[in-house]
Amino acid sequence: MTEMPEHSVALDAKIPKGPLAEKWTQHKNNIRLVNPANKRLIDVIVVGTGLAGSSAAASLAEMGYNVKAFCFQDSPRRAHSIAAQGGINAAKNYQNDGDSVYRLFYDTIKGGDYRSREANVHRLAEVSTNIIDQCVAQGVPFARDYGGMLDNRSFGGVQVSRTFYAKGQTGQQLLLGAYGALSRQISKGKVTMYNRHELMDVVTVDGKARGIIARNLVTGEVERHGAHAVVLCSGGYGNVFFLSTNAMGSNVSAAWKAHRRGAYMANPSYTQIHPTCIPVSGEYQSKLTLMSESLRNDGRIWVPKHDTDVKALRNGTMKPTDIAEDRRDYYLERRYPAFGNLVPRDVASRAAKERCDAGFGVNQAGEAVYLDYASAIDRYGRTEAKVQGIPAPSLEKIRELGEAAVRAKYGNLFQMYEQITDDNPYKTPMRIYPAVHYTMGGLWVDYNLQTTVPGLYACGEANFSDHGANRLGASALMQGLADGYFVLPYTIGDYLADDIRTGEISTDTPEFAEAEKGVQERISQLLNNTGKTPVDDFHRRLGRIMWNQCGMSRNAEGLKQAIADIQALRAEFEKDVCVPGRSDRYNPELDKAGRVSDLIELGELMCKDALERNESCGGHFREEYRTPDGEALRDDEGHAHVSAWAYTGVPSEAVHHKEELKFENVELKTRSYK
Amino acid sequence: MDFTLKIWRQEGPQDEGRMESYPVKGISDEMSFLEMMDVLNDQLIREGKDPVAFDHDCREGICGMCSMFINGEAHGPNRKTTTCQLHMRSFKDGETIYIEPWRASAFPVVKDLAVDRSAFDRIIQAGGYVSVNSTGNPLDGNAIPIPKHDADEAFNAATCIGCGACVATCKNASAMLFASAKVSQLALLPQGQPERMSRVQRMVDQMDKEGFGNCTNTGACEVECPKGISLDNIARMNRDYLKSQVTEE
Ligand SMILES: Cc1cc2nc3c(=O)[nH]c(=O)nc-3n(C[C@H](O)[C@H](O)[C@H](O)COP(=O)(O)OP(=O)(O)OC[C@H]3O[C@@H](n4cnc5c(N)ncnc54)[C@H](O)[C@@H]3O)c2cc1C
Ligand code: SF4
Ligand code: FES
Repeated sequence: MTEMPEHSVALDAKIPKGPLAEKWTQHKNNIRLVNPANKRLIDVIVVGTGLAGSSAAASLAEMGYNVKAFCFQDSPRRAHSIAAQGGINAAKNYQNDGDSVYRLFYDTIKGGDYRSREANVHRLAEVSTNIIDQCVAQGVPFARDYGGMLDNRSFGGVQVSRTFYAKGQTGQQLLLGAYGALSRQISKGKVTMYNRHELMDVVTVDGKARGIIARNLVTGEVERHGAHAVVLCSGGYGNVFFLSTNAMGSNVSAAWKAHRRGAYMANPSYTQIHPTCIPVSGEYQSKLTLMSESLRNDGRIWVPKHDTDVKALRNGTMKPTDIAEDRRDYYLERRYPAFGNLVPRDVASRAAKERCDAGFGVNQAGEAVYLDYASAIDRYGRTEAKVQGIPAPSLEKIRELGEAAVRAKYGNLFQMYEQITDDNPYKTPMRIYPAVHYTMGGLWVDYNLQTTVPGLYACGEANFSDHGANRLGASALMQGLADGYFVLPYTIGDYLADDIRTGEISTDTPEFAEAEKGVQERISQLLNNTGKTPVDDFHRRLGRIMWNQCGMSRNAEGLKQAIADIQALRAEFEKDVCVPGRSDRYNPELDKAGRVSDLIELGELMCKDALERNESCGGHFREEYRTPDGEALRDDEGHAHVSAWAYTGVPSEAVHHKEELKFENVELKTRSYK
Repeated sequence: MDFTLKIWRQEGPQDEGRMESYPVKGISDEMSFLEMMDVLNDQLIREGKDPVAFDHDCREGICGMCSMFINGEAHGPNRKTTTCQLHMRSFKDGETIYIEPWRASAFPVVKDLAVDRSAFDRIIQAGGYVSVNSTGNPLDGNAIPIPKHDADEAFNAATCIGCGACVATCKNASAMLFASAKVSQLALLPQGQPERMSRVQRMVDQMDKEGFGNCTNTGACEVECPKGISLDNIARMNRDYLKSQVTEE
């Protein structure tokens, strides 16, 4: 392990010089290239096959590099990106509503509460339009209007309609497009695909990332893989909260192993809590289900105005549809008239929590609000009746037509809601509550998407790059594909240009041997532990600590307590965890144990990060820092920086580095959606 | 609610398997089927026994990872529902529930209820894509208008999650519904036309190589498909396949 500097040093983000709108083009022109014959001499490892990983692996292979790609699922198509519902943003301005690259850039900077890097965000907005063209060319069946043109919807935090979608399965369709591109390269032999493989460690040689240790999850074999560069596209770590909308297998291990090898973790505490998810129903709950933000286009959010109605709802003597309009509090429309139900996620989530904490939650647990489609059904029904030329439609007919219109737009989401809750959302408002959804934090990367370890790159949700302290809806898919198709394949060339004469990376070296030994030892330690408690038990407890102390609102005292509690939990895990089975068989409990062990360490670092940030911004809300009317209070003098943490052995003793954020093109303002 | 679970246990691909019986108690009707399995595994681990291996990830019906044959039906008793979306309220208190893996020679068992479906990946690798490079310069997304009806049809075919329930349900273990969904999606779109004939040929050939059976039009796959992929896709693929035999040779 390398010596860690004692004092904070400034991080160089390597932002190209020149005017904002020209940086990327100029950088691409100046960057060193690797000629096609030499690309064949270079190997790149891509970990993860979500939108970021599949697109990166396919593009690198198309360019001529030899790619090895890894995922822990049984097929690259099952990466968590598959579950994204609502849509993907792009500054196409097809709706002619005043959208532009600059507006998408500006909305993203503002939505992120002025905690992201201008140059990266502008590049993202620039390439956003290419993504749509690329996906259409691949045969991604985006929604179309009756004229055959691409359709758009609106998402939170913006006032234009720039979100492209494929019903409620946008992530699925985009990922299957990228999976197709990846499959094509696999068939050509340019990508070697390793399914059911887990990254166990990153190997560095002379300070450069030169490969990984991976475990075949079916046979249990621990393997060495060398390469000239390693790209981590391993997704987000929302599962540190146990309950989240992430897939069960989503984890931080790849990023955390990189962190332990010298890559800095940036803003780890920036977590997105999504306002519209199906509430927790019991102790046994294993995950939470998102109800897409697109539903806020048409749905209205409310709780009762009077606590007598709340009581009646909870004891079942009243139904939500019995509550008269004037007894309802459409609190988002009341508090934020300009954006109404389409305020950004962090704002909507906190507002729901505020109402529920004040005693207006509408389920037994007092942790739910209504998302109501009645007025949308009525509105669509009346329009449709006009279109069909029905002169005096009955209310019933209007309902029927309206329900059909809503079904066409959101059918699969409504069906999903009904399957889980057994309630019919066409007839009664949905009950929703905020849940952990996305992590803005991640591996620190420079403009080229390189981490602090040379040759180690991070793309997609695994890096921290573009969303600041709060991500706008439909921007994660955009970022994953931007990184993978259009950014990394170019920027990595600049680094690999030095490697054309290096030759194949041997794995028969002390560095690989040391890393492999560490992995083997950890596996036998876990399996031979004489503990009694299953892994999930620890994971649940970690989640509870994180949700209570490092969730929707945080304070210094709670965070300090959480650090102590997590350290105690970690010690108990080491002593008492019970991992059954063998290492040479398919053993999901063993895989889970490794992941939870890393999540526990990460949780401690997240609390440390949240404690350092003495301000409220975006998804990070510190109770000590708020305006008199309860809005987040930023501290631009003291905290307009990225926090990047270097590992020292104890997560809460990580060394703090800062990247100062310079705003040269937008003026720092108090974010207002009123 | 209490249940008796009869579950297929198999150490590895080469080992013999057998049904084992496990009681579970105090199950809530609001639990999902997989949450009930979590309860069972928690119990088994605490008793020092080997937990049941099964595949799952998203737990919301989209990744296609979960794959259980429950009481003789792929993904259990409910239509258009994956195993992970099934809830215990669909079962009767005291019931005995039989849980088995997908059974098809092209899907060997990895352990217990987890199977190897990489044959599906190889079918897609054989041609289930449009050959465009991301490093080229594609046309503007709106350059070719696509009639809404075609776009919607293509989308419907594209919603296949690759779970393999169609194969597990089919008495011939045929992969026609899966393959035809991809063939149809691309056949319905202008982008898919240039490779339309070679695609269908290569994908069908790969399907045969993997050892999937023939389609005898029983239609069971459509019934059990959690995404409602339609048999029309198989008819479309058959037409294209015949045409490809004529045009390509
Ligand atoms: C329910 C839901 C809905 C969403 N809807 C939207 C939306 O509408 N619009 C939007 O923009 N965003 C949405 N998001 C966010 C978005 O889906 C994700 O941020 C994005 O898909 C992440 O993509 P990724 O490629 O970075 O990672 P992922 O898709 O998470 O892929 C991670 C990959 O890494 C692999 N991996 C991870 N760890 C390891 C390891 N240790 N070893 C080997 N492989 C590993 C996995 O196998 C997988 O292939 C949604 C998220 C959720 C949870
Ligand atoms: S066609 Fe249906 S059953 Fe078959 S793999 Fe696709 S989604 Fe599953
Ligand atoms: S676990 Fe993803 S579809 Fe069931």
